[in-house]
Amino acid sequence: MSDNNATGVQGWIDARFPMTKTWNEHLAEYYAPKNFNFWYYFGSLAMLVLVIQIVSGIWLTMYYKPTAAEAFSSVEFIMRDVNWGWLMRYMHTTGASAFFIVVYLHMFRGLMYGSYQKPRELLWIIGMLIYLVLMAEAFMGYVLPWGQMSFWGAQVIISLFGAIPVIGEPLVVWIQGDFMISEATLGRLFALHVVALPLVLVALVFVHIVALHHVGSNNPDGIEIKQNKGADGKPVDGIPFHPYYSVKDLVGIGVFLILFAAVVFFAPEFYGLFIERPNFQPADPLQTPASIHPVWYFTPHYAILQSIPHALSGVVAMFAAVLILFFMPWIDRGKVRSIRYRGLGFKVALILFAISFVVLGWCGTQEPAGLPVILGRIFSVVYFGFFVFLWVYTYFGLEKTKPVPERVTH
Amino acid sequence: MRKIIHTAVAVMVFAVGGVMLPASAAPAPSGVEMLDPEVNPRDRDAIQRGAKSFVNYCLGCHSVKYLRYNRLGQDTGMPDDLVEEHLIFGEQEVHDLMLSSMDPEDAEAWLGMAPPDLSLTTRVEGEKWVYTFLNGFYRDEDATHGVNNLLQEGTSMPHMLSRLQGIPEPVYADDGETVVGVQIPEGAGGTLSEEEYLEFTADIVSFMVYAAEPIRADRERIGVWVILFLIVLTVIFYFLKREYWKDIH
Repeated sequence: MSDNNATGVQGWIDARFPMTKTWNEHLAEYYAPKNFNFWYYFGSLAMLVLVIQIVSGIWLTMYYKPTAAEAFSSVEFIMRDVNWGWLMRYMHTTGASAFFIVVYLHMFRGLMYGSYQKPRELLWIIGMLIYLVLMAEAFMGYVLPWGQMSFWGAQVIISLFGAIPVIGEPLVVWIQGDFMISEATLGRLFALHVVALPLVLVALVFVHIVALHHVGSNNPDGIEIKQNKGADGKPVDGIPFHPYYSVKDLVGIGVFLILFAAVVFFAPEFYGLFIERPNFQPADPLQTPASIHPVWYFTPHYAILQSIPHALSGVVAMFAAVLILFFMPWIDRGKVRSIRYRGLGFKVALILFAISFVVLGWCGTQEPAGLPVILGRIFSVVYFGFFVFLWVYTYFGLEKTKPVPERVTH
Repeated sequence: MRKIIHTAVAVMVFAVGGVMLPASAAPAPSGVEMLDPEVNPRDRDAIQRGAKSFVNYCLGCHSVKYLRYNRLGQDTGMPDDLVEEHLIFGEQEVHDLMLSSMDPEDAEAWLGMAPPDLSLTTRVEGEKWVYTFLNGFYRDEDATHGVNNLLQEGTSMPHMLSRLQGIPEPVYADDGETVVGVQIPEGAGGTLSEEEYLEFTADIVSFMVYAAEPIRADRERIGVWVILFLIVLTVIFYFLKREYWKDIH
């Protein structure tokens, strides 16, 4: 399909729509660095999970009833009486967690190899917007089964807005559409979850890819392959995305699907992490569950919230923990992208940052007393400390980097 | 080496799940040992026996409102006529949901609260909890129904199976106050031996585990084939990739 003067159906379409041009620009003649490693699978996997979520979600929407009286039982109806409904539901619940696993790994890849640095700042910011929308989407989806954790989780999260001075309380009522979490709340969360946010998500993913293909992919060496072009004007260290990376990504997709199917078919609750036990109990506004905590992918942020005894400061810190990532391109003043050639300080700081994220995630699943609170406070400081350190380290030129190679390495 | 590290990272990410287990919804009170019913979701006989016991002893008060009689029959290999003969009492049809005939208002008047629906109890509390609960009744003269329970202090549930088990006496911890176990006094047992009662209640738990997720045995059976298929597919993808990439250095 590389011939732009093709005749027949292809030529007919190309005269009216840039079919071949688009194919070439984004696949057959999009040159990606040839040294992508393990960490470069998660972008395409995130797209795969998005498709899984949309398809399984469409089927769930066919049978789900967004009313306080019927939501819970309609989910059990899907699980029991709808043919293959259980598979759609488990794919959707597992997909939600899988989405965060691949997105967190994808983001960590960006941190490791400096993929947010110039000229990819906007690409990073669009990605962060996707992450924000994903969080909202996941939160709203979790409310829909109308189990105990759905209801009380929504109660906790929405009441956070009540910590805002002056407008807090009316804001909570406005969000809920009622003085308490009720069918009005369920209805709007359903509408946003199945229509509004998926549209935004798909649009942002499209823009993310457009931005990526404009600036070109970074790579584990953090060098620009565009600066080293051969006589044919193509990057010497680049290979066409299709067929090279399309077949390589298939291998990643295969391995991912094996793990995904293992969870869907053998451990769909994933030990109470993907579907929490209290959520098999219908929402009861009069009875609080023994412990309320969000699903695992929000627990790092929840642990930061719990670490601070003052409500408003806690909420601010929790949101700051996410929003600060938007500023990575300007916090990191370093000129070297990849962790391979950066100073020891960066390596240690990034490892500590990753550890703090995991430890905070654990703290957020525990009762807020004793060790989890102490660890939560220590690692909240480590989490934010990463950004402070990184700025000081790079702004004042304290980093001793290694020489960056001209060509990509193996 | 790098490959090994990367694989290790991927495995760790999945393993994190196992380590991060949130506190169980229904932890045992201190000192109480949880019993394991060792449910096998593929043991249809146990599910059938448990279903029979359930309709005889439990369904009078507790519904299983998300399960249909004929689904139970299909999943455990019982034809509809056998289901009607052995499991259905009264007016209900074979395709009906397993609903208790007790009026919730009566129940509240008699017991203080309506007996909960048991469709999903094993998924909320865990199978160990239900099994230990059924084996955790003990004599307590101060309680409304003359019995208390190890796992649910002040339970409003009478010991429906006391004719089978007998009524156990509490076993106290060293402080002489906390009840940490139960014991049937010599000669005070019911119509079943202790062994038989454990099996009897384990079967009920088997049925409840089935009722909480009727598809479970099937999904695990299907899952094996899905994963085998995906492994073959991934191997093909791998060789495809290797073929395409052999000229890239």
